[in-house]
This record gives sequence, structure tokens and C-alpha cells, in this order.
Amino acid sequence: MYRYDEFDHKLVAERARQFRRQVKRRLSGELTEDQFKPLRLMNGLYMQLHAYMLRVNVPYGSLSSRQLRKFAHIARTYDRDFGHFTTRQNIQYNWIKLEDVPDILEELAEVEVTAIQSSGNCVRNITSDHYAGRARDELADPRVYAELLRQYTILNPEFSYLPRKFKIALTGSPRDRAAVALHDIGLRMHRNEAGETGFEVLVGGGQGRTPFIAHTIREWLAPEHLLSYVESILRVYNMYGRRDNMHKARIKIIVNQMGLDRYRELVEADWEQIRDSVLKVPQAEVDRINAYFEPPEYECLADIPDELNDVRARIPEFDQWMSANVAEHRVPGYSIVNISLKAPGLPPGDMTADTMDAVADLADRYSLDEIRVNHRQNLSFVDVRQLDLFTLWKKLKLLDLATPNIQTVSDIICCPGLDYCNLANSRSIPIAQDLSRHFVDVDHLALVGDFTINISGCMNACGHHHVGNIGILGVNKRGKEYFQLTLGGSSDENASLGDRLGRALPQDEVPAAVETIVDTYLAIRLDGERFLDTYRRAGIAPFREAVYNPVQARAVA
Amino acid sequence: MALLKNNAVIDDPFADATGRETIPASGPVLVDLDQWQSHREQLLQRTEPVGVKLRSDQPPESIAEDLHSIALIALEFPVFRDGRAYSYARLLRGQYGYSGEIRAVGDVLLEQLHFMERTGFDAFELESDDPLGDMQVASADFGVWYQPAADGRLSAVQLRHRAG
Ligand code: SF4
Repeated sequence: MYRYDEFDHKLVAERARQFRRQVKRRLSGELTEDQFKPLRLMNGLYMQLHAYMLRVNVPYGSLSSRQLRKFAHIARTYDRDFGHFTTRQNIQYNWIKLEDVPDILEELAEVEVTAIQSSGNCVRNITSDHYAGRARDELADPRVYAELLRQYTILNPEFSYLPRKFKIALTGSPRDRAAVALHDIGLRMHRNEAGETGFEVLVGGGQGRTPFIAHTIREWLAPEHLLSYVESILRVYNMYGRRDNMHKARIKIIVNQMGLDRYRELVEADWEQIRDSVLKVPQAEVDRINAYFEPPEYECLADIPDELNDVRARIPEFDQWMSANVAEHRVPGYSIVNISLKAPGLPPGDMTADTMDAVADLADRYSLDEIRVNHRQNLSFVDVRQLDLFTLWKKLKLLDLATPNIQTVSDIICCPGLDYCNLANSRSIPIAQDLSRHFVDVDHLALVGDFTINISGCMNACGHHHVGNIGILGVNKRGKEYFQLTLGGSSDENASLGDRLGRALPQDEVPAAVETIVDTYLAIRLDGERFLDTYRRAGIAPFREAVYNPVQARAVA
Repeated sequence: MALLKNNAVIDDPFADATGRETIPASGPVLVDLDQWQSHREQLLQRTEPVGVKLRSDQPPESIAEDLHSIALIALEFPVFRDGRAYSYARLLRGQYGYSGEIRAVGDVLLEQLHFMERTGFDAFELESDDPLGDMQVASADFGVWYQPAADGRLSAVQLRHRAG
């Protein structure tokens, strides 16, 4: 993992001290709430329905056990004993007091964690593939570039008052686990014709009320030019992005209005002037950062399929978990273990302080001290010896963290909704809880297979409903909560936005509708088809019929 | 309203003619972009310094040709959250090589002074009882910076790999 050097430490300490001063000026009335708001947002502090929420960054999803223990400590000392992992490799605390925040930031700084720019109209936490450095299909490790971007964007004087928030994500694998096409800038590592590794640069992706899949602004960019190219994209956005209407202020809107070609022209013209400036990333800095991401000293082991198969044959529950939650590692004898934060009936992504401590202990013992946080609100251990899988499974099971449902119908992404959020139309957590209680039969989960359900409590789409295989959006109809379903969304390398299924449904009809969709898929799928494949082949009609005209649909079938 | 430059509160040598019907015949003067464009020839002939004020929706491209004859560019923050002028200042100092005065005007507040200074502003029109004190507070926050900007401060990356 990256470790702070003297410069990083100094900057983060100075930032915490600065915020202490700003809070003091706010409390004494020197700053109005209007003047203070962007300052607190840029330090992660959000005003919610009942209290302040503090959002803390886990840069590119990489967390040490020591940091996780600190998260537990913060939850215990300053909050109500739990934290909530979000879709942006952040953790949120929902019950924070303003006066405590400077102390919390200082405590976080001790373990090299910050809340800097986790909110506000600035460049947010840089996110990446949670399997980075470990995935078998990876072309190059994106973390070094994520770290360079983290530093470049933190307290950037030119880009701290952008028209709107700005999100950047990177992947180094052809299999996109970081949803890069749904970001303001998406960076995809690939090789050019000469065989050199660089970035495909995408711009203008985003969700919210006007979702867009990002466009490729540049096919291939040499890594040394990463910062200058990002600077030019940001500069053009800062100058021309709309500021008259906050709902039209994201880069996706201006790229769309201006046209990609015009946007590209402006970016390239600016970039020509700065590409060879001091922004050119020195190789020495790449090497320095890369040294932190050197692979750990793995033991010389072999894969042990036979031993594992023996246990799997004897213990079906372990077998189900292996199939659903364990992924291939690039090093023989090791595996990646996904930890589900989606046990039936629990709010997705929530974790108590005690569980955080317990997971930190397990990470020390079984995963070389490291934990990864992913955008589907789960955690991963990325360096588990296959010899330890069975023991680890037993221990995770005791903590209720071994539900074998990764990337299945009950692995639901969900925003905080009306339980916390003042923008919400509806609650969203109870829908997720209903669904996860509905789909508890693990054999059924396995039968249904690869699936995503994403729930947002309003059109701001924090729960990524546009890109869920099934998306569920809370709407308000005559003062009552209703839910609009969409089908066919995906955030992977073939990203797509979901299509509306039909009229919105009341809450108590949602689980049955989801079940009908799942059953319809099972009835019409061809061999080897995921839900998404079936949907793309058969279209929305059979699903719409089944949900809204059950009698006719049955008569035809 | 106080004008802060080079760590001192100074009297503004420029007469503010922006939005006025007539431009004073002599003396240093500040005009807006409309005035500049409609009286460009006369203004270019003046021997005394001329400044141009740009609104936040007026990128400096509009005066790029004439920068060598403009002594002061005032960039307006209509509200402190409107961050366009940060980019204008950087473009002026960087791509356009402008070395005259870049003045922050409008909703200019303590908490943004440091970013302004970093992006190339060197004069600040502040509504404050203690503008010098504000600047001192704003400048004392940081002693390390992650990225190069227009102020010449070395970034952490540059310091880490300084030769020798
Ligand atoms: S999607 Fe809406 S309800 Fe949910 S967290 Fe975002 S703003 Fe709040």
C-alpha cells in the first residue's frame, strides 16, 4: 500500500488544522453558513436530515487493517457504533457533531486517511478496480496513476470551485470493475499498436437525472502525460461548464451540448501548450510510488483444486461461498475473497465497529493486512492463501459476513434514501432489506447467477439504479412512495443504461415484481446466458408482459 | 473596500470607469470589455496604464492580442463559488505569458485568497476590516503543495526529486 512521506503527512496535518480554524470562524459567526458550506463539503461534511454526515475517503479502495481499526474507533467514539460503505470507496458516518470534526480529521490523519474533497464541487476521491494488482486479467496496475491523480487533485487551486462535482475512475483490466464509463473522466489502460501501455481517456459519463455513458476523447495517452491531459479536460470544464443550473452543470452536459469534437479540440489545444511542462510525470516519481505497490512476498504455493474440491463436496455451504465469493488471484496458491456486507435483512454496506475490528484482525491473519473496498459496497481480501480459505470462511460465517451472494440478486447496491438523506423521494434501505429477505435461498441465487440490483431513493442516482440489471428508483406520487423499475443497465466494459419497465409500483409490490422478472429470465434464458444477455437478446417485452399483464402472459406461455 | 498588493494596502491608482458613459481623458483607468472593444484604438494610444475588467463569463481569449498594452486585468468573482477566474488567471500567467497585474474583484473572501494567489492573482480587492490580517491567515495554512501552479512554488513531486 502507499505510505505517506513527510510531504503527505505535512499537507494532511495542515489541512486538518485549517479546517479547525474554519470551524472556529463558523462557530463565531465570522463565516456565514453559505460561505462555510463549500468549505465543510470539501472536508467531507454534509448536512443530512437529522445530523451532519462525514464522508471519509478510501483512495482507490485500498485500506490497511490499522486504518479499518481507526474507522471502528471513530464509529464508537463519535458516532453510533457503525459506519456505512458507499459506492465510491468511501465510508460515511451519519451522526456526527460539527465540533468533533476537527478532532476526527486529526485522528484520521494519524493513519493516513482523509475526508478531503469527499464532497463539494471539486475532484472527488479517485476510485479504481478493487482487484488492482491482483487480478489475473490485469494489464497494468492502475494504483500508481490513481495515487498520482490523488495528489494532483488534492487542494488543486484552480479546480476547487468547479461547476459541479467531478469523479475520476481508473481500470488496468479489460474487465471493468470500476465502472469507468460512468465517470466524469474514465481511464482505461490498454496497449496501442506499438504495444505500449497507456490510457484510453473517456469523458462525460455520469448518472444522476441525465445519465450518460462516457465518450472516448482520446484513444491512447502516454502515462507520462496523464496529469497534463486531465488538467486540460478540467480547465475546459471549469471555463465552459454551465453554472446557471446545478442540474446541468456536470461535464456530461457541456460535452453533449458542445459536441465531443469541439470539446476535444479545446482540450487538445490547451494540452499542446502544457504537455511538456512540469506536469509531465517524472519517472522517478512513478518509481517511488510503484515501490509501495510491489507485490508482497508470496509463499511459493500451488493451486489446490483437489483439496478444495474435497471440502466443497462435503460442505455445500462452503461450496456455494467458493463459487459466489471467491475469485482468481494472479499468484498460484492464492485467492481473492469477497466479503459480503449484504446479509439478508441488513442495510447494504453498513458495518458495526465490532465487526470492523474483527475484519481488521482477520485481514492481519489471512490477507497480509490489507482490505479493499469496492463500488458494490462490499469488501475484499486480496491475498488469501488457498490453504486458509476454509478456516477463513468459518470465521467470516461467525461474523455473518459469508453470505454467498456476490454479484447475485441479493447483492444489492443501495443509497441511504429517506432514512438519512434530505433529497430523497423515498426510502431505499427497506426495499433492499425486503429483497434480501426475499432471496435467501442460496441454491436459487446460484441458479439465477450473475445479477445486479441497484436502488436509489431519488433521481440523483447515488444507488446507481441506471446501471443495475434491475434498477429501482424511488419516486413520489401524490405524497406516496412508489418505485420505478428499469431493466438492462450495466456498469462494466459494455456499459448500458436501463430501460423503463412501466408504471411505478408501490413498495409492497416490488419484491414480487423482481421475482417475476427473475422467473421470466429463468424461463426464457438460453444456455450460458446471464440475465443481461437474455435481456439484450429478448428485449423488454416479455418482462413487461409478465409484470404488468400476468394473466395474459401466463395464458400465452 | 481595500486593495491589497504586495502585502500592503494601497490606494487604487486606476480610476474605475467600468459601466460608465465616458472614460476619463487622462490618468490610469479601468474599463470593461465592452468599453475596451468599442474604444480600443483610443485606449491603445494612451500613455498612461489601462486596465480591463473581465466578467466571469468572459475568458481572456477576447483580449489575448492586446495583452502587452494592458497593465491590469481585473477578474471578477460574481460569487465566491464561481471558480472560472482561477482558470483565466492560470491561462494568463501560463499560456499567454502575461506579467501585468491580475486583480481579484467581486466576492473576494479570506478562505479563497490562497487559491487565488496560487493561480496567479497578485492584487485583491477585499471587503474586510483587516485585509492584511486576512492575507496573513490565508497564507499561513499551508507549507506544502501537491501541484505546480502559477506561483512558482515547488510541488511535492518537484521537491522529492530535486537534483542533488
Ligand atoms: S439517490 Fe437521492 S435519496 Fe439516495 S442518497 Fe442520493 S440524493 Fe439521497
